[in-house]
Amino acid sequence: MDENTLARPVPEDAPAAAAAWVERIRRKVAESGRTVRLMEFCGTHTMAIARSGLRSLLRGAVELVSGPGCPVCVTADGEIDRMLAYCDVPGAIVATYGDLLRVPGSHSSLARRRAEGTDVRVVYSALDALQLARENPDRPVVFLGVGFETTAPAAALAVKTAREEGLGNFYVHSAHKQTPPAMRALLEAGDLKLDGIICPGHVSTVLGAEAFAFLPAEYGVPGAVAGFEPLDILLAVDHLVDAALGRRSPDLWNGYPRWVRPGGNRRAQVLLNEVFRPCDARWRGLGWLPGSGLCLRDEFAPFDAETRFPAAVPEPPARKGCRCGEVLRGLLTPAECPLFGRACRPEQPVGPCMVSSEGACAAWYRYGPGEEVRA
Amino acid sequence: MTERVTLAHGDGGEATHRLIAEIFYPALANPALLQGGDSAVLDPPGAGRLALTTDSFVVHPIFFPGGDLGRLAVCGTVNDLAVAGARPLWLSAGFIIEEGFPLADLRRLVGSMAAAAAEAGVQIVAGDTKVVGRGQADGCFINTAGVGLVPQGRDLGAHRIRTGQAILVSGPVGEHGVAVLSTRAGLAFETPVVSDAAPLIALAQAVLTAAPGAACMRDPTRGGLATALADLAADSGCDLVVEEAEIPVSPQVEGACDLLGLDPLYLACEGRLLLFCPAEEAEAALAAMRAHPLGRGAHIIGRVGGSGGRAFLRTAIGGTRRLERLTGENLPRIC
Amino acid sequence: MCLAVPARVVETDGRRATVEVLGNRRRVDVSLVDAAPGQYVLLHAGIAIAVLDEAEAEETLAAYRAVLGEAPAGHGRAPDRGEGPLEGDR
Repeated sequence: MDENTLARPVPEDAPAAAAAWVERIRRKVAESGRTVRLMEFCGTHTMAIARSGLRSLLRGAVELVSGPGCPVCVTADGEIDRMLAYCDVPGAIVATYGDLLRVPGSHSSLARRRAEGTDVRVVYSALDALQLARENPDRPVVFLGVGFETTAPAAALAVKTAREEGLGNFYVHSAHKQTPPAMRALLEAGDLKLDGIICPGHVSTVLGAEAFAFLPAEYGVPGAVAGFEPLDILLAVDHLVDAALGRRSPDLWNGYPRWVRPGGNRRAQVLLNEVFRPCDARWRGLGWLPGSGLCLRDEFAPFDAETRFPAAVPEPPARKGCRCGEVLRGLLTPAECPLFGRACRPEQPVGPCMVSSEGACAAWYRYGPGEEVRA
Repeated sequence: MTERVTLAHGDGGEATHRLIAEIFYPALANPALLQGGDSAVLDPPGAGRLALTTDSFVVHPIFFPGGDLGRLAVCGTVNDLAVAGARPLWLSAGFIIEEGFPLADLRRLVGSMAAAAAEAGVQIVAGDTKVVGRGQADGCFINTAGVGLVPQGRDLGAHRIRTGQAILVSGPVGEHGVAVLSTRAGLAFETPVVSDAAPLIALAQAVLTAAPGAACMRDPTRGGLATALADLAADSGCDLVVEEAEIPVSPQVEGACDLLGLDPLYLACEGRLLLFCPAEEAEAALAAMRAHPLGRGAHIIGRVGGSGGRAFLRTAIGGTRRLERLTGENLPRIC
Repeated sequence: MCLAVPARVVETDGRRATVEVLGNRRRVDVSLVDAAPGQYVLLHAGIAIAVLDEAEAEETLAAYRAVLGEAPAGHGRAPDRGEGPLEGDR
């Protein structure tokens, strides 16, 4: 069995290397007399940082703020309620990523509906949902498509394949979203003082690092595309710290070149453009962002779940006390939300930031903010 | 006899009698069971305290790589006794079977139980069979209860965990969890990982002999190693600190977890021992584990810190993070 | 977002492939990349979205370690970080 050493590059002396990078970063910051504030825009980065304990190692020097990079967390209540309405379609199989199963809408969740009798199936891929449609030709299969540009191509492939095969029972509810518009919205809001942005590594494999060049170019904010190993994140942090401290001019740095190519994945981009068109989308915490969503193009309307199964879903009431929106925008740390750890815990979440496997609140709760422990 | 379990098999009459005679007795044969009384009447083997435990096994799929529900039902209960420091003596087994369950499958499960019981050196001396209508049970549920004898003077438990003690695990974690997940339709991946379900008595006895000062043992099952540590931290009131680099995880389990977005520390084991012992006995305990076939992959993974009641992981890069109990299911993720 | 895993291509017909992740195998879609058996792809939600550039990976490995030797040996924490759970060890 092979060792994947280059596919998962981790040097033998990784702990020493990580310690040395942390030390270098801390020294630079200490010399400058200020602290540095960076935002990461990818739920997987949120988790990687939390799980590796990086936040604790950098605390006091670099503040790592979580942005709206968790596609489940940014799915608004109304959208969840809309998805739950498919559970009412007679005989339907509702196929979902595991991430969505426990997310609460205003009255229920997929997990609850499953317990109440809806045939909800957890799938690993949109293509698995397509297979369900092939195997159950007499039943509608509705696939709940959430995700950013990394995940949308899989849904696009599924829809295209369904059309090629003439399947008449496969539908996609596209709640896919685009990353750059959310970044712009956050920077435009201006209430965050960010010294840099850690850019999502896997979105970048599809879009190319260039998709984030607007950050330094239009907003003067340095960006660093980062991988997901602790050392990848540390390299990106170091680069951004240099820019923040004026040691280099703000740029967009590709720190994940082993997977992120110049131009990204052209084939995936063409596919996305072929199947989806930009549309307005509702983001928790950010409201409606024009052109930030991905909706099925008209020629794929026969596969659009919303068209095939329209439902009038009332606008949900605002969640009492839930500050998920502010947490998503980096304005509040999870611990600063009054519900955190009390009314809102992983086993009884109020908002998606707590229930999503990569929500900032879930990460904070499960892994701690990087607090220390007395021996 | 028909090929499938019918409601008649649970009636207590002729059909039940034939089921017991043709499936249960031959596989589980022992004098106490074959007496066929309403109760098994047994001679206690000596002085000591009695340990009693019960567990119901409803895992699905019923058959998975490395084992099945029957093996699990015996090992799970035997291991609960073993970690109490008890010598397991007798088990009971109650079956709740769904109408329509294939008899061939029932035979297979009972055969696995017999084999596991023989491995563990215990006898299944009492049993019960009920059949419920279609849809009222998911194939087959098994409950086992077990009685064991704890020698005089032995007192293991979270209440004996103290600052400075070493924490050991007997082998790589998450194997049962991955094995069970791999059979779940819709995940469609092939894995070489098999369940680690095994009876741990001999291993536990070897450890207790090598480390007589052992304070506490646990077999981490649902919720994985992390949940067991979080539970023990809370129960003991001590902070527990384990090293990520020292926790054994096989590359295949790691790969399966990477594929599905799961954390091996939260996936079930069914044949692993977690041990708390005085620091000065740690090396001896480790050697005893490694000398046993079920403990080859044993490691010292951490130590007991001061008072607090929380479990911590020191990560491979020197950070720290808390280990909480598992909440919700282990679901495959894309995020 | 998003969890992706490096996977080695075992065999492929250009559209689908069997890949292996540390011994675990799965059939996945590879129509969005050009990958030959033996190469590594990045797998996300059942599809390959990128192919590994081994030369870049080597450089990254070197970059990780470039800082070694700069920092004082055995020193990975700042003095003002407070007590850690293992402080008693030091």
